[in-house]
Amino acid sequence: MSNDTATEPEQSPAPASPVKEPAASGLPSWAVQGLVSLSAIVLALVVGAILIIVGDDEVKAAVGYFGAAPLDTLSAAATAVGEAYKALAVGALGGMNPIAESLTQATPLICGGLAVSLAFRTGLFNIGAQGQLIIGAILAAYVGFAWHLPPVLHLVLAVVAGLIGGAIWGGVVGLLKARTGAHEVIVTIMLNYVAIYLLQWLLTTTTFKRPGREDPISPIVDPNAQYPQFGDTRLHIGFLLALLAAVFVWWLLNRSTIGFELRAVGANADASRTAGMSVGRAYIIAMVVAGALAGLAGTQQVLGTDLPLTDGVAATVGFDAITVALLGRGTPLGTVLAGLLFGALNAGGLQMQLQTQTPLTLTTVLQAVIVLFVAAPALVRSVFRFLPKERGIGAVLAKGWNG
Amino acid sequence: MSDTTVTDTVREPAPAAIEAPADRTRRLRVGGLMLVFALIGLGLAIFTGGGKATFQLVSGDLENNLLGVPAQPVAIVLGALGIFAAVAYVMRRVPQKYSGWLAVVLGVCFIGAFLCWAAAGKTFPLANQFQGTLNFATPLILGALAGVLCERAGVINIAIEGQFLVGAFTAAVVSSTTGSAAAALVAAAVSGVLMAWLLAVFSIKYLVNQVVLGVVLVVFASGITGYLFDQFLQEDAEALNTPSVLSAVKIPGLGDIPFIGPILFNQTILVYLTYLAVAVVTFVLFQTRWGLRVRAVGEHPKAADTVGIKVKRVRYSAVLWAGVLAGLGGAFFTVGYAGSFSKEMTAGNGFIALAALIMGRWHPIGAMVAALFFGFATQLQSQLQIIQTPIPGELLLMAPYLATVIAVAGLVGRVRAPKADGEPYVTE
Repeated sequence: MSNDTATEPEQSPAPASPVKEPAASGLPSWAVQGLVSLSAIVLALVVGAILIIVGDDEVKAAVGYFGAAPLDTLSAAATAVGEAYKALAVGALGGMNPIAESLTQATPLICGGLAVSLAFRTGLFNIGAQGQLIIGAILAAYVGFAWHLPPVLHLVLAVVAGLIGGAIWGGVVGLLKARTGAHEVIVTIMLNYVAIYLLQWLLTTTTFKRPGREDPISPIVDPNAQYPQFGDTRLHIGFLLALLAAVFVWWLLNRSTIGFELRAVGANADASRTAGMSVGRAYIIAMVVAGALAGLAGTQQVLGTDLPLTDGVAATVGFDAITVALLGRGTPLGTVLAGLLFGALNAGGLQMQLQTQTPLTLTTVLQAVIVLFVAAPALVRSVFRFLPKERGIGAVLAKGWNG
Repeated sequence: MSDTTVTDTVREPAPAAIEAPADRTRRLRVGGLMLVFALIGLGLAIFTGGGKATFQLVSGDLENNLLGVPAQPVAIVLGALGIFAAVAYVMRRVPQKYSGWLAVVLGVCFIGAFLCWAAAGKTFPLANQFQGTLNFATPLILGALAGVLCERAGVINIAIEGQFLVGAFTAAVVSSTTGSAAAALVAAAVSGVLMAWLLAVFSIKYLVNQVVLGVVLVVFASGITGYLFDQFLQEDAEALNTPSVLSAVKIPGLGDIPFIGPILFNQTILVYLTYLAVAVVTFVLFQTRWGLRVRAVGEHPKAADTVGIKVKRVRYSAVLWAGVLAGLGGAFFTVGYAGSFSKEMTAGNGFIALAALIMGRWHPIGAMVAALFFGFATQLQSQLQIIQTPIPGELLLMAPYLATVIAVAGLVGRVRAPKADGEPYVTE
């Protein structure tokens, strides 16, 4: 309410030149979205800066004699923020190795994000990327270390195994939703837990446990089944697969008949049913493909980045993927960009923690705040008044329980 | 609905009452699932070892108050009873009004047979089992009640996990610095309200998609508590992260009832608040004017607006009150149970509370029952690891989650959320 009144005086000069009105918001929608996203990042960095200042030891010391020398506090704060963000930027983008590390971190986030995005467009909220990723990683790792095959063939089979694993785990969700109406949010949350406990149990069995080790770790996957790496960085060919996957999802959603059905069901399931589409089939297809995409992220983790299977193989990729998809607004290109941004934040955050002892958890806050602001463009506009009023931004991606 | 009235009014001609095709498929599906469970129960009974299964009725007392039963005969009786209940359900031998009880009978028989199988020749700490059930269930109940309040008002709350984390963190810090349990609980409730306020503002004012918002708020809460933990609590754990755990208060009279007395009525204030919360939320939601308004804005905000109810104001108040409950639920993790705060310590319990809310069909009592079920299964898993059953612990840990999937897919089926749940209300 107050927001509406706040923007009113802003627009009051506009009636004087009514021609200018459409021009102001006449920017292409991608540009407006980009501006909103950029503003959201700036705001998030401000929030992060406050947290850095609050947590910094030297600032705490300087506040002790604030009355005597207030400038000390300010300079200490500026130094703290400057150093932390400098370490973050250098760690993310400063040179070939940091960039390779950022891309490595981004790889599974892009695939996981695509898994969430695709489901979104079909009107499903896939919280289960984590579980799908874990199952994919389990199968890929098993094929990777238990079988011994020639190069190329081995890698291809291991990746296919991962895709199948994820597809099954996702497909179950789609099937249950289509057949019984079981809500996908609940089923995916539960299957995440089932997947992690399954992984933990498998790592105690002789099939998966590395001989001679007591801790839950599998043998290293065969070199033949590993993604080839670029030079001596950690970046591997899985990154290119992630980009290909994004192109595939774009094609699927925007150029194929199935994709049209998926989007139609996502936009209005009842209307699609009336038009003769099978809503259940759309749910199953979407979840199978989404699961396979998450499974691909699992192969990237276990055949590219981690190599042995451990119970931490998924880290929090499957959950971060949700925020990536939200930031990417459910589009393949947006998801890739968001994945790159979050990958850079993760890689830079590690360096920031090493160099300035600013905890890595700061990047979690940054990521959450970015998405929060992007999701509420009205709030961003109330801070940055110059932003044009958006059209269709903040459109509803997933609906409530009854959608 | 119409079906029950038909069977009630036309009672004379045999039980072959009219049954809608949808009800029939549901009956057969649920019945099939019940039969599977009954057969597993009977199978367990057949493989139950000889000797006695001993159940410990008082926690920590290994000498007295033991209940010994011959394991296999009891298991077989229970297994047979389970089969009987499942068959009765499938064959419609019981008036439909009471058919739900058959599922309860089957559940009890199944768990009984399972316990006999697991405890044959051993001692099973039954009192600990129920004690632990309550411990695990308390935050789940509070979280699920918070969800009920929000969602009945039409605001989806996926952020229960985030409210838990912030509540747990605040309670730990305030208890450590002030040493006062009351202050810790109040602070936890306030922090829960702050998180709820974020949820309310972004969903009601800025119309952000509520599922999206919930996920983001969880990430935010995990990030901010993690950051503050890293920066402050770890550096100065002595002063900031040594909360005192609430002490149990025995209710005179009720606490002396054998078996259930010590389990239910020798608890911390937080557990009593939980009992109270279930009663109050149920009463308020279904018996008061405010509750009617909450349900109205959750089902049909436009109609509510037409008769003069302030939709947004009612939604704000419901979401903020829910924040109190979720914040208290969070406090249980630190001052109610574990003591000091650690990162991500709520470990997905907020999402389980969400599942309990949906399994309980958006009803406070249903949510409580579902939460107790989760608590029971989680505690059973750790008990069974102690008495060493052949089933690996990791697989037992899966059980409650698989059970939820089965319940949501098979038994609950198409649950109906409040109609306007998740839809922001915009006046034209």
